[in-house]
Amino acid sequence: MSESEREFTIKSYIDYLSEKKLMSSKCKDCGASYVPVRKLCTKCNSVNMEWVEMSGKGKIAAFTSITVGTPFFVEKGYGRTKPYCFSVIKLDEGPMISGQLIGVDESKPDTINIGMQVKATFIETEIRGETRVDLGFEPV
Amino acid sequence: MGKLARKVAMIGAGMSTFGAHFPHKRIPDLWVDAWLDAVSRVDNGIEPKDVDACYVGNYSSDLFNHQGHLGPQMANLVGLTPKPAGRFEGACASSGIALRQAILAIASGVHDVIAVSGVECMTELPTTGVTDVLATASDSLFEYPAGATFPGLYATLASAHFNKYGTTVEDLMRVAIKNHENGKENPYAQMQRSISDFMASKIAKIEKSGGEVPDWKDEFDYLKSSSNPIIASPLRLFDCSLITDGAACVFLAAEDVVKNYTDTPIWIAGTGQGSAALALHDREDLTSFIASKEAARQAYEMSGFKPKDIQVAEVHDCFTIAEVVALEDLGFYEKGKAVEAIKNGETKRDGSLPINTSGGLKSKGHPVGATGAAFCVEVFKQMRGIAERNRQVKFDVERMLAHNLGGSGATCVVTIFEK
Ligand SMILES: CC(C)(COP(=O)(O)OP(=O)(O)OC[C@H]1O[C@@H](n2cnc3c(N)ncnc32)[C@H](O)[C@@H]1OP(=O)(O)O)[C@@H](O)C(=O)NCCC(=O)NCCS
Ligand SMILES: [Zn+2]
Repeated sequence: MSESEREFTIKSYIDYLSEKKLMSSKCKDCGASYVPVRKLCTKCNSVNMEWVEMSGKGKIAAFTSITVGTPFFVEKGYGRTKPYCFSVIKLDEGPMISGQLIGVDESKPDTINIGMQVKATFIETEIRGETRVDLGFEPV
Repeated sequence: MGKLARKVAMIGAGMSTFGAHFPHKRIPDLWVDAWLDAVSRVDNGIEPKDVDACYVGNYSSDLFNHQGHLGPQMANLVGLTPKPAGRFEGACASSGIALRQAILAIASGVHDVIAVSGVECMTELPTTGVTDVLATASDSLFEYPAGATFPGLYATLASAHFNKYGTTVEDLMRVAIKNHENGKENPYAQMQRSISDFMASKIAKIEKSGGEVPDWKDEFDYLKSSSNPIIASPLRLFDCSLITDGAACVFLAAEDVVKNYTDTPIWIAGTGQGSAALALHDREDLTSFIASKEAARQAYEMSGFKPKDIQVAEVHDCFTIAEVVALEDLGFYEKGKAVEAIKNGETKRDGSLPINTSGGLKSKGHPVGATGAAFCVEVFKQMRGIAERNRQVKFDVERMLAHNLGGSGATCVVTIFEK
């Protein structure tokens, strides 16, 4: 299937992530871009979308270092002595997106700053025989 | 913004004690406790035959307790079968929504009296299980895989507030210290202890075990120590609300029938509800809640009151940062200025704008689906002048506000009450 043919669904967006591509749906009428994907442009009510790959570059808008994690992250080995970072990233193209922040000192959150430049990375986790790919970010 | 087609009043309110009650008490037990407590506060009495419908706020009995369909189940326990009964869900604002829908149903003329309640039994699961269930109130497709927990989402918002307004961890600690001081005076609260009580008992414990006694000067030192571990930076244990089992129940009545029940009703002056994107990354502003601002705008407009007219408020302090943001979103203080007011003691029981005299979710506890109804219980007591122990504010309360936020702020219900 060519890129322009993929449906504007969550499945397509996640399929792209597993191909290590951060894709937006961009409104051909007003230019608004959506990450994660949306089929309906809520700025102008259009359904005239196209897939556009994002640069993956952005800045930290907000973040936290978590010691009491979700079961998924506990399974990944994180916890009290090994915290992980959850972040909201403002992409250079405009939209914001959530991702795990890696390549930082999670146990010293004071060393991580809002506004810090980051780039997208695709985090692979082997879980019960399956590989899943999640969006993450790391400092540039 | 329309007005209510007829006036609606609160004629009674009550709650179960809040705490870790499972397995001694489960949802039906807690709910009946709340019902009985509420019945006991209706001056001329109320019977099941007087009640037209039963509205139950609950977030997730399905996942916490493997039980859905609570409306008819609760109604049957108190003799309301076969009257209409239903459950409302909006995360931590579930019973706030139930309250608002009951107000609208009575104002419409369809019902005269409604029992509005909320219930949640959370401690049936261990903390990781609770964390997982609560996370379903955030965006499970894109926030959850990135590691979001509830404390984590509020911590993320706190980081943005710190960055933009210079808010500090000490500012947040003052919220927890105040709310625990209040909760100490509430016999229904889960943690009836001040933070200095916690500090003193910790010191006593260390002395007894012959360990090295820490040189904490005050509560701030204690709160910065390892006794108060980080949960999600910058939030620590004492910045988080509690995991709680509990229920609350409120009777609402139409102006036409109020006289049958009491001569001192508490009127609904305004109600408002707002919404926002579920995921933080889909919002424009990470330092305030658009749902709160919208709900407040509607409630103020309906009531004709302004923020300065509100004398006492119960606000949704699921995390300390949430209380700070609520005080700004409700228009009590300018953006970034609430922490100064908190520091000056304005929000204490004897301050100019007492906030969370009940102890808040921090110390009273936060059985999520019951919280919106539980706010009304404190409103009822403060406005009637019957708050227990040393908790009653020292002036006659004419106007009060309750602010009930759902999830990480995607739902908000604001209610304004007057005498
Ligand atoms: C903060 C939190 C993770 C702590 O849970 P935990 O680490 O499992 O804590 P435990 O239950 O093991 O309790 C450990 C101790 O801390 C105390 N404690 C637990 N939660 C507390 C809190 N929020 N504040 C103060 N003390 C707390 C317990 O009483 C216990 O004290 P003890 O050792 O003297 O008996 C949990 O309370 C929580 O998730 N709170 C937030 C709930 C929430 O998100 N609600 C929805 C909001 S929208
Ligand atoms: Zn558009």
